[in-house]
Amino acid sequence: MKRIYLDHAATTAVDREVVQTMMPYFTETYGNASSLHSFGRDARNALDAGRQTVADALGAQANEIIFTSGGTESDNLALKGVGKGHIITSSIEHPAILNTCRYLEGHGREVTYVPVDSDGMVDPGDVESAITDDTALISVMHANNEIGTIQPVSEIGSIAKDHGILFHTDAVQSFGKTEIDVRKMNIDLLSVSSHKIYGPKGVGALYIRKGVKIKPLMHGGGHEMGMRASTENISGIVGFAKAVSLAVERFESDTRHLTGLRDMLIAGVMDSIDDVTLNGHPTERLPNNANLRFAFVEGESLLMHLDMKGIAVSTGSACSSASLNPSHVLLALGIAPEDIHGSIRFTLGRGNTESEIGYVLEVLPEIVGKLRAMSPLAAG
Amino acid sequence: MDYSEKVLDHFANPRNVGEISDADGVGTVGNPTCGDMTTVYIRVKDGRITDIKFKTFGCAAAIATASMTTELALGKTLDEALAMSRNDVADALDGLPPVKMHCSNLAADALHAAIEEYLAKS
Repeated sequence: MKRIYLDHAATTAVDREVVQTMMPYFTETYGNASSLHSFGRDARNALDAGRQTVADALGAQANEIIFTSGGTESDNLALKGVGKGHIITSSIEHPAILNTCRYLEGHGREVTYVPVDSDGMVDPGDVESAITDDTALISVMHANNEIGTIQPVSEIGSIAKDHGILFHTDAVQSFGKTEIDVRKMNIDLLSVSSHKIYGPKGVGALYIRKGVKIKPLMHGGGHEMGMRASTENISGIVGFAKAVSLAVERFESDTRHLTGLRDMLIAGVMDSIDDVTLNGHPTERLPNNANLRFAFVEGESLLMHLDMKGIAVSTGSACSSASLNPSHVLLALGIAPEDIHGSIRFTLGRGNTESEIGYVLEVLPEIVGKLRAMSPLAAG
Repeated sequence: MDYSEKVLDHFANPRNVGEISDADGVGTVGNPTCGDMTTVYIRVKDGRITDIKFKTFGCAAAIATASMTTELALGKTLDEALAMSRNDVADALDGLPPVKMHCSNLAADALHAAIEEYLAKS
């Protein structure tokens, strides 16, 4: 059976060019970047080049980029690293932010969670109103992982700057899919991850604006300018950097391709199935995200039927994962729990085609129809 | 999540889906807020379940357990059907993932509620 992957917000396949670029760094250029000999220098050169590539993509300087093990570590380093003071964040952040905030609350830190509107948008005015004399950090994600809503980070960045408060954004989902310029957007700290942009898993970065004081999470050797002890993952960093340069190179064609497929999917579903709602903002959303809510059916059933047809999606209802709680993001949008359960997230990727979306549109109406026919909630 | 072949079969090809318009007993358990709800309809003759249908809003396990429950209950006496437990349903499906065990409760409870409704009015 042909398989169609529509879960790129979860992870992506590593691009073959990326794999090719990484290969020599396992077996030939395997030195420790801290070593003084030629093996070490070769590794150091690759590390420096990778750092420059990531910095350029963000409008940052190379010495402002710290490589980490991924988005979760970058978020932890940013939030815990600030050290003290009140934190303002949003109610729809990724668990890497929300659970770090809860941990910090358990250690006596105060955290304010600003709400979002029904499209999942943070009101910068709410962020400004939440500022107290003790506020040290504002952390609002750039784009949401479930619904794809893109937040007004530039406006929030200006507010933070005006009040002399640090601004962090989790850009794991938006990196490579929207323009990011840390200077123009007044961003002090920014998290990115490799495996969401066709790079390898286990590598990411935190941008730390020059002059911002962050305490490291890991103590050991003086790697990463003392910010992250541990021998650098050179092959992973080289792969990440290659993935970044491909994302930059293909930005316009990727955006056009993804937006076209996304709009084809959304319009096609709306045309062929009744009682469907788009979760998230209608226009301010990632080019590859279509989060749709199907009334009267439960998301995991939809997911399983699609899986049986070879189509991989994700559900807004966490019933498919270990937890049975409805999505905190969709709850924050004010959607009733019974409606949340019928939400499905389609996240498209560079390799998806129109014929794949066509196949989804061919099988989905029948699946929804079958589930609705057995649903006690559907009329008739 | 790993579902057994039987769960996947009953999910993809559920048995006895539908309603019985003049059912002798109807039982509904669960609520949509929690993400699962099952209604079981029974027809009873001479103390036996002679027809049974269900409708479910819920995950794959909820649908499969409801389907299996109706299959197990059809032809049973009311006492036998009342004695059916969640484990009987889960066992007949070759087990359920631990996090989904509550689903098997739902279907058995809906059956019991339908029988109790019938007993209360007869």
